[in-house]
Amino acid sequence: MSIRALNIHKTFGNYKALDDVSLEVPEGRLVSLLGPSGSGKTTVLRILAGLEFPDPKTGATIEFHGEDVTNLSAGKRGVGFVFQHYALFKHMTIERNIGFGLRAKPRRERPGDEAIAARVKELLELVQLDGLGKRYPSELSGGQRQRIALARALASQPKVLLLDEPFGALDAKVRKDLRRWLRLFQEEIKITTVFVTHDQEEALELADEVVVMNNARIAQVGAPQDVYDNPVSPFVIEFLGNVNRFTAGVSKPSKSQATEGKSVLYVRPHDVDIRLTDENPHDYAIRSKIQHIFSAGNYARISLDRIGYNEPFEAEISREKLRQLDLKVGMIVSVVFRHIRVFAKGQFKESNVREDGQLVEVAG
Amino acid sequence: MAAILSRVRHDTYPKTDNAITEPRLIRWLLILVAISFLGLFLFMPLVAVFVEAFKQGTKLYFATFEDKYAVDAILLTLKIAAISVPLNLVFGLAAAWVITKFSYRGKSLLVTVLDLPFAVSPVIAGLIFVLIFSTTHGWLAEPLKEYNIRIIFALPGIALATVFITLPFIARELVPVMQAQGKDEEFAALTLGAGGWRTFFTVTLPNVKWGLFYGVILCNARAMGEFGAVAVVSGNIKGRTSTLPLYIETLYNEYNGVAAFTLASILSLLALLTLVLKNFVDWRVAKSRNNQDLNLSLFTFPPFTRPLAALPHEHPCPQHP
Repeated sequence: MSIRALNIHKTFGNYKALDDVSLEVPEGRLVSLLGPSGSGKTTVLRILAGLEFPDPKTGATIEFHGEDVTNLSAGKRGVGFVFQHYALFKHMTIERNIGFGLRAKPRRERPGDEAIAARVKELLELVQLDGLGKRYPSELSGGQRQRIALARALASQPKVLLLDEPFGALDAKVRKDLRRWLRLFQEEIKITTVFVTHDQEEALELADEVVVMNNARIAQVGAPQDVYDNPVSPFVIEFLGNVNRFTAGVSKPSKSQATEGKSVLYVRPHDVDIRLTDENPHDYAIRSKIQHIFSAGNYARISLDRIGYNEPFEAEISREKLRQLDLKVGMIVSVVFRHIRVFAKGQFKESNVREDGQLVEVAG
Repeated sequence: MAAILSRVRHDTYPKTDNAITEPRLIRWLLILVAISFLGLFLFMPLVAVFVEAFKQGTKLYFATFEDKYAVDAILLTLKIAAISVPLNLVFGLAAAWVITKFSYRGKSLLVTVLDLPFAVSPVIAGLIFVLIFSTTHGWLAEPLKEYNIRIIFALPGIALATVFITLPFIARELVPVMQAQGKDEEFAALTLGAGGWRTFFTVTLPNVKWGLFYGVILCNARAMGEFGAVAVVSGNIKGRTSTLPLYIETLYNEYNGVAAFTLASILSLLALLTLVLKNFVDWRVAKSRNNQDLNLSLFTFPPFTRPLAALPHEHPCPQHP
C-alpha cells in the first residue's frame, strides 16, 4: 500500500516541528527518514501512524493507497508501529503481547482463541523466536524484544509498517545483525515500510529510498547512492558520510575558478590521494603533515594538516597503499584531492583532478 | 548467578567507606541522636498506647467493645472509609492520568491545587464545608432546607470532609509511577487498535497496580484517622456522627482512659498494618525491577565479557520531536 502525505505542518507550542513536509512512499518500498535529532523525522512517522495529527487548517492530507486517512485515529489506520524502546507490555507474556492486537479487535472481527494462538505461533516463527511465547519481555534481550515488538506490530496484518529508531537502543553488534535481518525480512513480506533513524550508515544500507530531513523540512529525497553521490546542499553532504570541509580561498589551489564569492569546498576522505613529496608535483598538490594514523579493517584513516594553514583534514586510503608508501606520523606528504565539490551560489560544482594535474569539471 | 554478580560487583569497586565517613565518635553520636529521637517520638507513644489500653487487664480491654457507642463509632468510620476511598480511587486515577499523559496549559496549576488539602489546616477545611452546607447559615442553606437534605452534622458531611482531606494521596502515589512509565505502551496499544478503556484496563492499570495499592492503603489510613475536619463538620454526636478518632477524644475527656486507649490501639494497629503493607509493596516493586535488570544482563550479554561497571542499564531516553 502506498503512502502519500502532503503539506504536513506541525507545531508544538511555539516550536515548529514540521514545516510543509510532503512525502510519497511507493507500495512495498522501504524508505528511511534520516536526520539529526530535532529534524522532525519522528514527528513525520507519528503523524503517519495517527499518534499525532497535523496542524488543523493547513491543508494537510495523508493518503494510504489513495484513501484519505488524515482524520483517522491510530487504531483505524491499519499500521504496525515499532517503538525505539520496544514498548512491549511488561506484565504480559510474549504470546499475549503478540496477540494483543487480535484480541483488541471488535467482537465481529475477532478471531477465536485457537486462531489467535496459531497466528501467534506463526509470527514467532517468522521472527525466529519460536519457543519464547511463555516468557515475559523482561526475560528477553534487547534484540529479541525488538523482534517481538515487530511480530506484535505485524499480527493484524497491517498494510504499512512504521519503525521509530528500531535499533537505537541496541548495542552495535546486535544492531548490525538485526538491520540485515530486517532488510531480508522486508524483502520477503514486501510490506510498505518507513523507518526513522539518525544513523546514516543504517539508512544508506537498509533503505530503497532515503528522505533526509533537517530543521523541520525535507532536505533531499533519493536512492541512497544517489543522495550520497549528488547531495543538493551542504547539510546533506555533511550529514551523509564523512567529508572534509574547507572554506573558500584558504586551502584551494589558486587556479580554481571556484574561489570567487563565498564558497565552501568539500572532499570525501576517500577522494584524498596521498603521494610522497618527490613524486611529480603539480599545481593541485598540497604539502601536508601526517598527524595521526588509524588503521583497522581494510582502510586506514589518516589525519593530516596542511602545512602553513593549520587546517586539519582526513584521508582514507587502503591498507595496502599505507604499506606501500610506508607512511609514518610526522611525515610530510603531497596530497591531491581527486574529486572536489564546491558549493557556491546555492549549488554544487564538481571537479576531478586528473593524474596529469588538470582540473576537469564534471558535467552536472 | 545473582549472588555471583553482586559479589563480583562489590569486589570490583574499591572500598570507599573509610574515605567518606566521619570519625567514629561522631558516627556514634549521630546514631544515638537518631535512635533516641525515634524512640522518644515514635516508639514510646506506640508502646504507651498499648500499655495504657491493657493497664487494667484484657477483660476491661475487650469490655470496651461492648459499648454501643464504640461499636457505632467503628462502624461509622468503616462506612466513611468505604465511601471516600473508592471515590478517591477513581479521582486519583483520573487526576494522575490527566497529569501524566497529556500536556496542556495550566497543568502545573492543577498539580499545585491537588496538594491543597495537604496545605490547608483540616479545621479550616471543615469550616469551609460548614460555611457552604450548613442549613442555618450556609451559602446553600435555602435549597438544602427546601429539599430537607442534611449534610453538616450528618454522614454526607463527614464523607465530604474526608474525601477532601484524602484527595491527594492516591494521585500523588500514581503520578511518579505513571511518569516513569511513559506513554509508549499506551501508544502501542492504540496503534494495535485497542480503544481507550481497553488500553486503560489492560495496559495502564496493570503497570501502576502497586503504586495504586499503596496509595489506597495510605488513603484508607488517613480516612479512618482524620480528626480535625471531621470534628468540625460532624458535630460529634455520640452514636450518630462520632467517628472512631472523635469518640476516642470524647472518652478521654470523660476520664475513661482505658476505653480511649483501647480504641486508640485499633487505630495504631491500622497504622502498623499500613506500614507492613507499604514494605510489602516496596519489596514487590524492587523485586520485579531486579528481575528485569538481572535477566536483561544475562540474556543480552554473555556474562563477564563486559566490564562490570557498565552492567545493565538500558535507560530509555525518549526522543523529543
